[in-house]
Amino acid sequence: MTTKLPPPRPKDPTKRTRLPTRPPGNRSREAHGLTAMAAAGRFALQTCADCGTVQYPPRQVCGNCLGDRLQWRDVSDGGRLLAETTLAHSNDLFFRDRLPWRLGVVHADAGPSMVAHLAEDCIAGARVRLALSIDRAGNAVVTARPEHPTPNPEDDRQLREMTFDPKDRRVLIVDGKTELGLALVRAFAGAGARQVYVGHAQPWRRSPHLDAAREIDAATLFPLDVTDTDSVEELAATIGDKVEILVNNAYHLRMGGAVGRMDLNTAHDEMAIHYHGLLRLAGHFGPVMRARGADGAHGAAAWVNLLSAYAWANNPALGTYSASQAAALSLSHCLRAELAEGGVRVVNAFLGPIEDEWHQLAPPPKLDPAAAARRIVAGLKAGVEDIPIGAVAEEILARRAENPKEIERGIGL
Amino acid sequence: MTETDDTGLLAGLLAGIAGGGIRVVDLTMTLDRHVPTIVLPPEMGQSWPFRMEEISRYDHRGPATYWNNFSCGEHTGTHFDAPIHWISGKDLPGNATDTIPPALFVAHACVVDCSEEAAADPDYLLTVDRVAAWEAEHGAIPPRSWVLMRTDWSLKSDPVQYLNMDETGSHTPGPDADLVAWLIEERDVVGFGCEAVGTDAGQAQHFAVPFPCHHMMHGNGRFGLPALTNLDQLPPTGAVVIAAPLKIRRGSGSPVRALALVEA
Amino acid sequence: MGQARRGYEGIVAAAPVTVPYARYSIRSAHWFCGRALAGLIGAAGLAKAEIDGFCVSSFTLYPDSAVGLMQHLGVSPRWLDHIPMGGASGAVALRRAARAVQAGDAEIVALIGADTNHVDSFRRTVATFSQFANDAVYPYGAGGPNASFAFLTDRYMREYGARREDFGRLCIAQRENALPVPHAMMKRPLTMEQYLNARPIAEPLRLFDCVMPCAGAEACLVMTEDRARALGIPFAPVLATVERHNAFPDDPIQVRGGWAVDIGALYDQAGIGPEDVDLFQAYDDYPVICFMQIEDLGFCAKGEAPAFVRERDLRAGGDFPFNTSGGQLSAGQAGAGGGFIGLVETLRQLTGETHGHRVEGARHGLVSCFGMIVYDRGLCTSAAILGRASA
Repeated sequence: MTTKLPPPRPKDPTKRTRLPTRPPGNRSREAHGLTAMAAAGRFALQTCADCGTVQYPPRQVCGNCLGDRLQWRDVSDGGRLLAETTLAHSNDLFFRDRLPWRLGVVHADAGPSMVAHLAEDCIAGARVRLALSIDRAGNAVVTARPEHPTPNPEDDRQLREMTFDPKDRRVLIVDGKTELGLALVRAFAGAGARQVYVGHAQPWRRSPHLDAAREIDAATLFPLDVTDTDSVEELAATIGDKVEILVNNAYHLRMGGAVGRMDLNTAHDEMAIHYHGLLRLAGHFGPVMRARGADGAHGAAAWVNLLSAYAWANNPALGTYSASQAAALSLSHCLRAELAEGGVRVVNAFLGPIEDEWHQLAPPPKLDPAAAARRIVAGLKAGVEDIPIGAVAEEILARRAENPKEIERGIGL
Repeated sequence: MTETDDTGLLAGLLAGIAGGGIRVVDLTMTLDRHVPTIVLPPEMGQSWPFRMEEISRYDHRGPATYWNNFSCGEHTGTHFDAPIHWISGKDLPGNATDTIPPALFVAHACVVDCSEEAAADPDYLLTVDRVAAWEAEHGAIPPRSWVLMRTDWSLKSDPVQYLNMDETGSHTPGPDADLVAWLIEERDVVGFGCEAVGTDAGQAQHFAVPFPCHHMMHGNGRFGLPALTNLDQLPPTGAVVIAAPLKIRRGSGSPVRALALVEA
Repeated sequence: MGQARRGYEGIVAAAPVTVPYARYSIRSAHWFCGRALAGLIGAAGLAKAEIDGFCVSSFTLYPDSAVGLMQHLGVSPRWLDHIPMGGASGAVALRRAARAVQAGDAEIVALIGADTNHVDSFRRTVATFSQFANDAVYPYGAGGPNASFAFLTDRYMREYGARREDFGRLCIAQRENALPVPHAMMKRPLTMEQYLNARPIAEPLRLFDCVMPCAGAEACLVMTEDRARALGIPFAPVLATVERHNAFPDDPIQVRGGWAVDIGALYDQAGIGPEDVDLFQAYDDYPVICFMQIEDLGFCAKGEAPAFVRERDLRAGGDFPFNTSGGQLSAGQAGAGGGFIGLVETLRQLTGETHGHRVEGARHGLVSCFGMIVYDRGLCTSAAILGRASA
């Protein structure tokens, strides 16, 4: 079983905070195919469409038949650990800070041998389960876990560098006044988060969800209005150096498009929350989180944006809403590049319609907010970068990948 | 250059202000991000809250200057409601911030102290009877006066208490419908002012004629002056209120710096 | 099958040169190449212009290649080769040059393996070593070949029951061989206790399993026997060579090298067998690869090297003279120079120009080379057998 992480302790104010470093980030274009698979949580490798040979490391021409039709296909994630080593020395600054570090060579059932980061319970000679994970520099790496789960996997010291298990971590849920917000508070608290900071705007609006969140032991409530620069700055000054996972779930959904409802105020409100709100959070929480990317076992780890799947494909029934989500998505990519300097990863969860008041007219399937929150936590535990939540979101991403012009025309409530 | 004429009307006013014979009372709330705006159902169009972003602060964005952009709805903080604000006043002449004759921005004020009643009942409605009793003590309301309802409600600095919302809406004091009609028809007031977020009572959307103060005042070319403060520093009669909205073209209102001149 | 390979009759190697090693140097690779060339013409009594062929290996000439080096050194060769095979370069350079001289494309070819080692150059070299390494090894933290050889060592130990003491015997014997060699970086004897208790680097590898990167150069000349006799310099005939790349690609992890493919061709060309080998210089950045060479070049069966080193004496005066100058494990690894150290030492032993212990009466010297872990295994292997000049 995995060695339990020591319980988090208050930070020693006399100790210097280590500056964040990153694992080597130089990758070929082909290797970023692995990153794409890792971002989606897939274990897929280049497979020759002509002869079926599975390739690793990635390349441009099949190592068997020289064909160039190499396709990313899901392959068996099984394998056998042939050899291992524990690094006691490294020339790389990131790993020097984290020694000892255990690596292995896994003979994948799919064919190739793969150098992999090992979970603590992997045993040389035994079977393992492989995954593509994303490292602190934002690139794909191969990880191996025991074939059958062992206790406390969430405590794995090495794999925690590549995943965002909420256990023992301090989480900020930006908006605790919605059903989804409450579900997130519950899901993170249930996953062992050490503290859940819950933001709430417009204190004069009552929210039974916030009232319920208040009752959760791990939860602490803070005023936070992402439309208000001073409010964001105040909270960042209060808890910014403690937030290890930030979950930006503020949203403002109104029906209407550009022609049928030409309403700049609503469009402004959507942008104020989705785009400017993210920008405000990034400007005030981003710098301190980036600086705390290497702050021991409990440094800043992940920034999670809850976005609409319509960020990828505009739904004209929610036209300005979709556009503001697309703006936020684009900004999240900027944030991802900037936070990567501190080893803090940006995770985007893409939601389809959920069962809440604003999706009243959306036809089923609609996601139960609690299920959506569980999916988000599971995605963080797995270290996935883009998490589609629910059938609608999965369909939008799949259709967009297949034919963006088709989804552009075929989408609707 | 001629000597200042210190015998004119305005010279007397200035001398009074400088000499302490006339106090200038600030009736205005500070505009900041906590200033509440009227709460409407979320599916309706929403008034922007007051927000401010720095343009520069003697830094790389502007080494010698500190200044800000701000945004808010017209009806934010201590503000002026023009007749065009309500559908009942939409076709009146001179109904917008840019067309109202400026002389109307300076007017006498009658202050009715309802602070005890409001403390006892947040839904307190000011009635004709109560104003008649006030007149019995202080004399009839002169034409073209503001009637200002003092409730001390503006002392509630917490926006939650100030808005005092529950599932039936806001619970704040205001005028009843009969009083509004009476003030217009019998007293020819210039408008109605109060300390709550709007000139109508919090529960006014449930009245037979919803929002009677807005509906009737604006329908008759009168004004509103909500979210005032420091009304406790005004005498029942005799103060002069200066409350001029920004000259916004076709504006329905604007935040104002409302001042009162009070003889000491 | 195809036509029989031609031999190397009348082709010899001569003028072994070592530019003394330094742990770190502020000189460039060009300096080490230039000093090696100066050593060669001095040893052979040649004018610089008489050398009309060059075969160069270096990782740190960048942004130059061997081409830019020619202008730097002021030479106009009619034959030039740049061999990017790292540790496998020596025997490969020898066979390239031998054929060029044999065919008359060049008369005298200088073989130079040289690299500098600035304080940060090793890290920079491994950080950009190959696309596969960039994509699939380097990001995992080893920052060099330590982890790769740790895997091979771990696997070899599990598969064949080798113990650390077995590797230790080889390292200790090589250290004894190195003690009288003036340019060896390691000058103190190594005990088994020191070996076993050294600081861990990448388990199961500890400090004395790992070669020390340094700066330096190794070089020699290839020419006809007639030319060597005319110059009046000692020489050693080239008897056989092989090279192989990406052997056994289906082995899930490396337990053998290309020598196992080419062993027959090597000994057939030389007309001898392993039992006729009097001294053996094997590539030795980590001891496990020495074990594979001892096996794959026919001195014992696969998996029996641990027993072999327990039973044999690997010192220069022993019954299996092995890496008689101490090898890289004691001398240091001068980058691509490490691919030539075995060739140069073999030449010294067969021409009687040794710096350290002399293997008396040696007639056949085997040199084998190994290089280029671009992903999970060394891709290049080569080997050569040199003879002793008849009087």
